[in-house]
Amino acid sequence: MNRDDFKLLSNNIVYFDNGATTMKPKCVRDAIIKYYDEYTANAHRGDYKISNIVDSLYEGTREKVRNFINAKENSEIVFTSGTTNSMNMIVFGFFKNYLKKDDEVLITLSEHASNIIPWFILQKEIGIKVKYIELNNNYEVEINRIKDTITNKTKVISLAHITNVIGDERPIKEISKFAHENNILVVLDAAQSAPHIKIDVQDLDVDFMVFSGHKMYGPTGIGILYGKFELLDKIVPLNYGGGMNAMFTKDGYVELREIPTRLEGGTPNIEGVLGLGEAISYIESIGIDKINKYEKDLRRYLIDELSKLDFIEIYNKNNDSTITSFNIKGVFAQDTAIFLDKYNICVRAGSHCAKILDNVFNISNTVRISLSFYNTKEEIDLLINVLKNSKNIWKEIL
Amino acid sequence: MDKDLKRTIILDNYQNPNNKKISGTDYIKINTRNVSCIDNLDIYLKINNGIIEDASFEGEACVISISSTNILINLLIGKTKDEGIYIIDNYLKMINEEDYDKEVLRELMVFDDTSKQPSRIKCATLSADGIKNFLENKENHS
Repeated sequence: MNRDDFKLLSNNIVYFDNGATTMKPKCVRDAIIKYYDEYTANAHRGDYKISNIVDSLYEGTREKVRNFINAKENSEIVFTSGTTNSMNMIVFGFFKNYLKKDDEVLITLSEHASNIIPWFILQKEIGIKVKYIELNNNYEVEINRIKDTITNKTKVISLAHITNVIGDERPIKEISKFAHENNILVVLDAAQSAPHIKIDVQDLDVDFMVFSGHKMYGPTGIGILYGKFELLDKIVPLNYGGGMNAMFTKDGYVELREIPTRLEGGTPNIEGVLGLGEAISYIESIGIDKINKYEKDLRRYLIDELSKLDFIEIYNKNNDSTITSFNIKGVFAQDTAIFLDKYNICVRAGSHCAKILDNVFNISNTVRISLSFYNTKEEIDLLINVLKNSKNIWKEIL
Repeated sequence: MDKDLKRTIILDNYQNPNNKKISGTDYIKINTRNVSCIDNLDIYLKINNGIIEDASFEGEACVISISSTNILINLLIGKTKDEGIYIIDNYLKMINEEDYDKEVLRELMVFDDTSKQPSRIKCATLSADGIKNFLENKENHS
């Protein structure tokens, strides 16, 4: 649905790599161009009209984000450059001071690199321990396995809401409740869930949450860090300089501003913020529940059709997400991707930034299809037809 | 070379690579993991008195990567380090569309139009780059 809103889709392209990034609707592009054509100015600076317009749009986007994830306060929303940046601010700005040697962080083998490597580095720096929650046979997290894994040293559980290879949705509300009963904080990577399901941070009761604009129809280079006020207020800034200070004197006295401004040092990515604001309005104009229902139906259709092909191995049939990982039996994932590209079908091949997942998966590389509401059954039919002819793969790609 | 013949040679070296095996501890192991693509091959080399006595590889990679590695190893076995470097240099020149010495490349000529598929260049040069780096590093030599 809404295909006309996306210029690139009129180019005869079948875009199935929405987990990597999404297409941008014309309204997002227009919002960015409008900033440069009609009111280019810095935020929080000037006493002139166009600067005031920028200020109100910039802070208006913060309110849109707050409403989108149902945070309590606008001050709990920080603009960052993306999920990776947000995660690094949480790990090195907060947990580096909060955790002590031998404290434990629980993650899983199916996390994205941005929810693994910062913890590994912190492990080296201050001697925390990174532990893995064992996944069940469907590669899912179960609350009982978390109960089995925690010790009195466990201080953080950091998980993807929806994982980017398997696509399983974690029972976050249940996990948060259990975690908080045991004095454990919860960090949520919502990069793969924010574009597809309704998120309510108060209902999920997570302590921190991160996501990216470009995976939800917004521009690249903009992301969100959400934190409960009292925790966010304890994050030590990683960027000092303009915009984030309240005053400083020549003898070295520095007073910082309140959150979230304190955590947005330097001129922010204003076009990115405004584009993200437009993307959120766009999603809300369609309705996230309508998006979710459409994408679920489409994904079921894809699984049903793929399942009819006996030469295809599907690795994650049993969930409701937009993500499908598969291989043509006996063909390396990258060769399949190059074959599909001959028909303008864009898919991802690889380990999808989850490079330690092969420890449970027994296969390190897959072809991944990640759907969006602008994909159609007709596109899936085309994919299936092309796959049916994949016995010609070598003739086509060599 | 005829396109069908090229395809047959590439596929044969992909589907039945005679050099795909893990070699023993008297071999030097080079990992060629490539950050920009997903191929991940280990190359095993046995060098004595400046001669590449034996070589093999193991790992997961695409058709171009595996096939080019297998053919390259066939060519390198029995050559001196300098001859090996010369072969690889000319192979890389061919891939990069520069003038090159056709005489030494033999079956590697099946990759002479790889440059037309830019996304495949990394696949075709993965092992060649890794082996060349190793052979050119004087500290590595016995």
